[in-house]
Amino acid sequence: MDFLVTHAPILIVALPLVAAFVIPLISIGRAGDRGRDIFSLAVFAFIAFLVAILVQNVHTVGIRVYTFGATAPELALPHGYMVPVRIIFEVDSMSIFMGIIVTTVALAALIYSLHFMKGQTGQARFYSLMFLLYAAMMGLAFTGDMFNLFVFLEIASIAGAGLAAYRTNMAEAVEGGFKYIVISAISALLVLFAIGILYAQYNVLSIAAIAHYMQYTTLDMIALGLLAGAFVIKLAGAPLHMWAPDTYTVAPAGATPIILAASYMSMYALYRVTFTMYGGQIDTTAIGWIVIIVGVLSMFIGVMMAVHQTDIKRMMAYHAISQGGYMLLGVGVGLAVLADPVALANYGRDAMTGGIFHIINHVFYKALLFMTAEAIFFRIGTRDTNKMGGLARNMKWTTAFYVIGALAISGIPPFNGFASKLLIYETVLKFSPVLSVIAMFVSLVTLASFAKVFYAAFTGPELPAFREVREVPKSMIIGMSILAACIIFLGLFPGLVVDNIVAPATNALIDQAGYINAVMGAVP
Amino acid sequence: MEHVAGNFPFVASALLIGIAFYIILFKRNLIKLIMGIAMMSSGVNLFIVALGYRTGGNAPIYTDVPPGPMVLSVPQALTLTSIVINVAVLALMLTMVIHTYRLTGDIDSEKSRKLKG
Repeated sequence: MDFLVTHAPILIVALPLVAAFVIPLISIGRAGDRGRDIFSLAVFAFIAFLVAILVQNVHTVGIRVYTFGATAPELALPHGYMVPVRIIFEVDSMSIFMGIIVTTVALAALIYSLHFMKGQTGQARFYSLMFLLYAAMMGLAFTGDMFNLFVFLEIASIAGAGLAAYRTNMAEAVEGGFKYIVISAISALLVLFAIGILYAQYNVLSIAAIAHYMQYTTLDMIALGLLAGAFVIKLAGAPLHMWAPDTYTVAPAGATPIILAASYMSMYALYRVTFTMYGGQIDTTAIGWIVIIVGVLSMFIGVMMAVHQTDIKRMMAYHAISQGGYMLLGVGVGLAVLADPVALANYGRDAMTGGIFHIINHVFYKALLFMTAEAIFFRIGTRDTNKMGGLARNMKWTTAFYVIGALAISGIPPFNGFASKLLIYETVLKFSPVLSVIAMFVSLVTLASFAKVFYAAFTGPELPAFREVREVPKSMIIGMSILAACIIFLGLFPGLVVDNIVAPATNALIDQAGYINAVMGAVP
Repeated sequence: MEHVAGNFPFVASALLIGIAFYIILFKRNLIKLIMGIAMMSSGVNLFIVALGYRTGGNAPIYTDVPPGPMVLSVPQALTLTSIVINVAVLALMLTMVIHTYRLTGDIDSEKSRKLKG
């Protein structure tokens, strides 16, 4: 048990990485498919158990530093060295918060895929890529140095693009995957260039060490611009969101939620860089306003593009962009008042908490919605809402899950979207009433847009073409019900969740000194 | 003049990245777009290798080291990793272009496009 606690950070990344390459081997042979399904579930259950251990551990002892190749994993600075030269993982409350989100969604997606993928070719590669993407995302959350951030970003891009283009018999799927890999490659190269600039000045790659020595010269400003630009592309922020609808639409259902979660890992990287690495140095008001403007633009453009979509998944993808705007708005307000202790205590911290809380809420309900959309596609073979109708008669579970997701995304109590949106409205109102009004307006349009699809797809007379449509298989229902249960739990007990996992994550972002000291503690 | 010569690699990498951006933004042939990304990665790699160069430094091979300072080999290690990753990315992109060509009969980004709105 002690071994597991000590080595949990590396095991969580290494196990899925190994599993990804073992899966194709297991799939060979006659009993391969069943063996692979069982193996994947078993490995993933164990990884989820390790994540739970690590959550508990970080909750009790605070920031965990894991040094590779050191005599003891806690030894970030070798004797006689002033800078951390080894590769380190640094797990704080914010990292583990992202870990919880990614693990839950990946578990639901994995179970959902068991039936969804049945009978398709190349299943082994599908599960391989899923594990690879999961490993990359956990690596992104845990990494303590900039270069591994780049490496995990690239692994996530390659695996994500492979998953998005999984249905290579459809030209749309290949196109969506290609767009994803192109923008990912460009943004990753921008990140690498910025890392070069930072390394040239400080001769270190560790995030904590760079933050410790940060001078905020002109070169650092350029590096910040490159990093922020790259991450905004990858999280589908407003003017650079063009890839997201295409990629989310074409990816198979099990993969879409994970690719969605991967885009919020870029958001995590953006926060890590602005708060932890540049934290005390930058003009937080100006940067905060830039984040707010990107957020408001994403909210508005996303929802306006979503309203008139007829492809159900594309509509949801545009809503994903719009909901990403809420997160940026909340955290942007916190960043804008970071230097002002009174305003920060008054509403800034709560605004950030709202923005971060919205990540977990949004990933859960949007993953659920994507899954319901793909469940419909699975049964009737079209995503066009104009061709659907009366599906509630035969697909009762799917309808129920869609309603839960739609109410949650529109911010209707008692579902989880309401909890975080209310927190964002309240706090942003104190910062700037106009922004709060825009946020509420966007939420109304969201409700309208989902209600429209509900009436088009699920209600109305029974269409003759769909008389024989049946409910989706069990594993898909189980996958969706995991997420639905999470949504209802988060909606009923938001206080519990905020106090225990969200607020610590906010504090971890604000507490730059704590992050630096965990690695650089011995250095004066 | 010496100053210019010392900065030559940086000028070259800036040029490479600039040209690559032009290709990526304005060329409609998907193969050319991939070539643009390859150029961009070369530019970034050149930048990092150039950062690691120290005049008069020795390669950090401990068994047979001449007197004088040794160079920290981190930038070289970074470049090597980045080259490997970029090979994977470029290979994946090329397979996707082959699929696009088979399915749509075109590799012009405007003509092979299916997803709109």
